[in-house]
Amino acid sequence: MPLSTQSQTDDEFYVLVATLDNARNLSNILKAIAFKDHAIFSATPNGLKVTVEDSKCLQANAFIQAEIFQEFTIKEDMVGFQVNLTVLLDCLNIFGGSTLPGNYTEALKVSTALRMCYVGYGYPLTLFLEEGGVVTVCKINTQEPEEPIDFEFCSSNVTNKVILQSESLKEAFSELDMTSEVLQITMSPSQPFFRLSTFGNSGNAHYDYPKDSDMMELFQCTKTQTNRYKMSLLKPSTKALALSCKVSVRTDNRGFLSLQYLVRNDDGQICFVEYYCCPDEEVEEE
Amino acid sequence: MDCVVTGGNVKVLAKAVHSLSRIGDELYVEPQEDGLALRSVNSSRSAYACFLFSPLFFSRYTTTNGHCFRCKMAIKSVQAVFRSLATLEKNVEKCHMKLDEQKSRLTFTLHCKHGLLKTHNLSFQDSESLQAVFDKDNSANIFRAQPRLLVDTVVHFPSSLEEVTLSVSDDRMWFKNHVEEDAEPSKAMLTELCLSSDEFDQFSVQTQNSITFCLKELRGLLIFAESTGLPISIHFDEPGSPVVLSVTDSILDGNFVLATLSDENKLHTRPCTQPQPPPDDFNDDMDSYLIAMDTSIVPGPSVTASAPLTRAESSDQSAVNHRTQLHSEDEDETDHAHGPPIRSFVHFSLDQSFLPLLKCQPSPW
Repeated sequence: MPLSTQSQTDDEFYVLVATLDNARNLSNILKAIAFKDHAIFSATPNGLKVTVEDSKCLQANAFIQAEIFQEFTIKEDMVGFQVNLTVLLDCLNIFGGSTLPGNYTEALKVSTALRMCYVGYGYPLTLFLEEGGVVTVCKINTQEPEEPIDFEFCSSNVTNKVILQSESLKEAFSELDMTSEVLQITMSPSQPFFRLSTFGNSGNAHYDYPKDSDMMELFQCTKTQTNRYKMSLLKPSTKALALSCKVSVRTDNRGFLSLQYLVRNDDGQICFVEYYCCPDEEVEEE
Repeated sequence: MDCVVTGGNVKVLAKAVHSLSRIGDELYVEPQEDGLALRSVNSSRSAYACFLFSPLFFSRYTTTNGHCFRCKMAIKSVQAVFRSLATLEKNVEKCHMKLDEQKSRLTFTLHCKHGLLKTHNLSFQDSESLQAVFDKDNSANIFRAQPRLLVDTVVHFPSSLEEVTLSVSDDRMWFKNHVEEDAEPSKAMLTELCLSSDEFDQFSVQTQNSITFCLKELRGLLIFAESTGLPISIHFDEPGSPVVLSVTDSILDGNFVLATLSDENKLHTRPCTQPQPPPDDFNDDMDSYLIAMDTSIVPGPSVTASAPLTRAESSDQSAVNHRTQLHSEDEDETDHAHGPPIRSFVHFSLDQSFLPLLKCQPSPW
């Protein structure tokens, strides 16, 4: 396969071609879910979904819609493969990765352009990366995609839902007592409304968000629920929280947790990251 | 105890806790009639610090009348309550502290903006009384300076430096890093800073001498003083007796009592004569400097506590009236004839009585 030129005819070989003028619009959002080495990529005409799982209890998904890409061509209804996410991120940052925020690099025209191509099953994922006239070609081996777990989380089973501005939640998460093995989330139509609790070595701590707080954009709680989740599982979600401007927290009748983060990329476009987590154990109401 | 701190005082309280964490691992809490006392001591009992917040510091301060209560808890847990210092002022509107004796719990409730409520329930243990007895007002040497002066001074010493030597003459103060006796002279780096008396708000010297104490513990106080902008007072008598550093205003009182290296040969004070100021070029010539240190009569400020000093008998014995020492006479380590300079220990009364084993009246602490 010719490496040097990317003529239009080459595209006939690829089942998926996605291009971005700024590779950071992909790499930043993938960092928010990069807590494990392997990721399942699933592309449809709607866009790209990347899934990372941990011990069958936690799943993180990043959604990058087709509209985010400068070009997004897919020849099948669904294209799936698995790659090493750490390696992919290293490649996307191969030109060093500028630490300047997006608007500065735009002005200086130092962003890395990406063209991601996939021939199909059995072929590697090919990345063409260009910055300042220098082109790098990376080929990353792909594996058979595993079936992502279906947490069976559907809107009709949601018992409690809140949408918060990320700013206030960021502060709480940065202060969480890490000696606590669990993070307990209480959601209720009455006091304390929305509470995060930890039980650590020195005692317990509670962070309460009232329903009328100006940080609370939406408050729909139908019944009082208290669930505990392993702190080690939820810790990676703080990366997604750091990138986001809003977060929706939902629990269903089984106590499963869904966290959805609204992330704006360098160009102000919206992407989503979501985390699903199983509850740790049954908690008796105190 | 049930009290509420509002506004900027929350940050002051947080800074006090962080400052105390530089001394010891445990925070001793004692609500008193005259205010809330927060104390800490290090494991070797050579450093003690206490902050007393008067009831006026709080927007509400109530204690159970007549009931004397004290407890201690891991200081890291309390630091966790006030974790993000930088945003405390912006975000926290008030802090409510409530002691629940039945459940052995101290509850901190921070009311933050946007309606966010942070509640920390910390468990504590009962503790013995922790009081250092000292009388700083009758010290031989008393100084007061703006915190900036001391902060700018200690910045010249590496953070790894354990001990610093402070020497005074009638109109100058020198800070020098303390080098161990057995350190190789050619490998040791000596740093010395001289401050003139007019940089201080108060500079009163009755006895010209040098004391050596732990710099790390001083830095603890500087954290607090710098953020509150309160002037720092330094009180000391002589090597072997503790140095007291304090910050005071109308609603709070902070005291750091640090032990100093004692010199066993130093049984009386140095003569109060005007020392010759060191020649300007003497720092350039390390050899002559070292020779100067070796001589038995050392007029300048560069005195190490370990060098044996011989001098003319001082007729001015009045400076050695038995001021309140931090170690009792029984524990007087100057009895040792030989051996390395011994650090004095801070004496603590372990019961409720304030009777010192000493001749002066105790301070209200």
